[in-house]
Amino acid sequence: MPSNEASIEMKEKKLNPTIAMVLSILLAGLGQIYNKRYIKGISFIVLEIAFIVATFDFLWLGLWGIITLGTIPGVDHSIFLLVYGIVALILLAFAVTFYVFNVLDARKQAIKLNNGWEPPTFSQAVKNGYDKAFPYIMTAPGLILLIFTVVFPLLFAIALAFTNYDLYNSPPRNLVEWVGLSNFLDLGTVDIWKNTFASVFTWTIVWTIVATSFQIVVGLILAVLVNDKRIKFKKTIRTILILPWAVPGFVSILIFAAMFNDEFGAINQDIIIPLIGGEGLPWLTDPFYTKIVLILIQTWLGYPFVFALFSGVLQSISSEWYEAAEVDGATRWQKFRHITLPHVLFATAPLLIIQYTTNFNNFNIIYLFNEGGPAVQGQNAGGTDILISWVYKLTFETNDYSMAAAISLIIGLIVSIFAIFQFRRTSSFKEEGNM
Amino acid sequence: MNPKVKSKLEVAGIYTIFGLMAVIIIYPLVWAFGMSLNPGNSLYSASIIPENWSLEHYKWLFTDPNSDYLLWYKNSMIVSGCAALFSVIMTSFVAFSFSRYQFVGKKSGLYTFLILQMFPVMMAMVALYIFLHLIGLLDTLTGLILIYIGGQIPFNAWLVKGYLDTIPRELDEAARIDGAGHFTVFVRIILPLAKPILAVVALFNFMTPLFDFILPSIILNSPEKYTIALGLFNFINDQFSNNFTRFSAGAILIAVPVAIVYLFLQRFLISGLTAGGTKG
Repeated sequence: MPSNEASIEMKEKKLNPTIAMVLSILLAGLGQIYNKRYIKGISFIVLEIAFIVATFDFLWLGLWGIITLGTIPGVDHSIFLLVYGIVALILLAFAVTFYVFNVLDARKQAIKLNNGWEPPTFSQAVKNGYDKAFPYIMTAPGLILLIFTVVFPLLFAIALAFTNYDLYNSPPRNLVEWVGLSNFLDLGTVDIWKNTFASVFTWTIVWTIVATSFQIVVGLILAVLVNDKRIKFKKTIRTILILPWAVPGFVSILIFAAMFNDEFGAINQDIIIPLIGGEGLPWLTDPFYTKIVLILIQTWLGYPFVFALFSGVLQSISSEWYEAAEVDGATRWQKFRHITLPHVLFATAPLLIIQYTTNFNNFNIIYLFNEGGPAVQGQNAGGTDILISWVYKLTFETNDYSMAAAISLIIGLIVSIFAIFQFRRTSSFKEEGNM
Repeated sequence: MNPKVKSKLEVAGIYTIFGLMAVIIIYPLVWAFGMSLNPGNSLYSASIIPENWSLEHYKWLFTDPNSDYLLWYKNSMIVSGCAALFSVIMTSFVAFSFSRYQFVGKKSGLYTFLILQMFPVMMAMVALYIFLHLIGLLDTLTGLILIYIGGQIPFNAWLVKGYLDTIPRELDEAARIDGAGHFTVFVRIILPLAKPILAVVALFNFMTPLFDFILPSIILNSPEKYTIALGLFNFINDQFSNNFTRFSAGAILIAVPVAIVYLFLQRFLISGLTAGGTKG
């Protein structure tokens, strides 16, 4: 019965995708061998075994470490264990990704083979593999560096926020423990933390909004003025107006810090005392005055970038818009409000949002101008500290690592809100969205 | 009022504003320059137009055996040069694959970059400190360079990808038909066309480390490894009044060349930012 024989042969050839999957779950590569892709299967198995042999001890130590943070004070170093734990988790994430790929691959190939697909020869497979892997090969160096210099530190900071790691509780003498949300609760309930957090947070928000908006408004006004047809020497004027951007920021800030010095600074000595009299204003010793000066300096430092951006956009607005508006009898304000402003804001919105996030975390000016000071009674941050400079002080001055990490986490949450805005505004993201 | 007179008054008003701005902009810079010419270290007796001006601070920076100025200059050049070079290489690799290839994980990769570029490296300073300590790169220029290169990837990858997207794909396809491989297309077709944006990336990544203060201050401890920003800050950190004149001399020597380069390139920088930036 020839027809029966043929059907048996067919049955032998038929691969079961589910079996291929299950085999791959048991051991990476088994499914591929079941699919008769021997070289691929064996190389998967070798890879998997090599990974397990090479990293098993480390993974085990890391996972044990991140759960317990050590058990014997003086012997187990909690922070190193935490680092190992996070590295172990990152390695595991890679392994899991590979595993999922292997399982899906086994299933897909079984189905393809059933549909009469001819597996490529070895050299072809290598070439296909290279084609497919090329984007990964290109991204790999950047990705690895990114993981170790950005992703890993962020994960570590997040983890620290839930521990009690500080000066009194630091390894190797003592063990660090997981404490859940207690750092965050302290920020809301313990008086000194609560007061400091409230005042630093309020000032951070005020600082971000006021300083950045000043920068943008001054930049916009100057850009519109320079763009006026009646103005001559535009090039020279632009060059002078852009000068503060060209001078390195830390140099300008330190110069201002000296100029505003209460006792011998030029502002008090040469301007305030001769013109108004008295003893000069307490620029660096009264938080109120320091805040005012900080906002003014940031405006000085920050408007040229906005000015340069806007100038570029203004020159590209077609004059037909304005001519049409003039025919309709629009006033100057109406032209500004309905033609200039929308053009300028639309073209630069993402960069303007970045200006806000930059100032929100603008450590340099706060720290270099007056180190966040002057000191204020009843709180453990200076009078002009913003969240990020407070974190710096907690970390490197009082070694209050876990609290610093908890506040970093709060900064991160706020920054994410900005990030969502940015998502919506970014046009090329929309293009990618429907790929 | 006669419209002609009104217009003239307006123009005069605008020029007055510019004049005022010019004073506000230039005064601090001239003041610092004046300070650097004052002999002695005290700000008390110093004035913007010193009576007996001298270049003693400049001379001190270059010739005094206690001065590490040239060493800091060299360190800064090493850090900035390496950061700029490797940033361009890594970023263009990443941006090329994200712009030209479809692969699993592309979309989530772009999401991740967009979120990560929002977080300042500073947020994780504790972690960076401990991590570098752990792998023995604390207090080394290598550690500092690695962090600069890694930290810039998310932002610049978007910037460059946005620019590469505007280069027509027909060019790659034509090259492929002629038998070019992936890497040939990248080196021969894409890189030459992407020069303007890569120059922007190089410049940014050269300037950022040059004037960054916080990261070097966390990572570097020994004075002979300081970068220029850190070294200059330490002139005035301890006894503020005592070394400001010397600081201003050192600061001017670095600020003047940089300002000139910036003024020449600013148009270029802005167009690079708006081309890639508003898009990506």
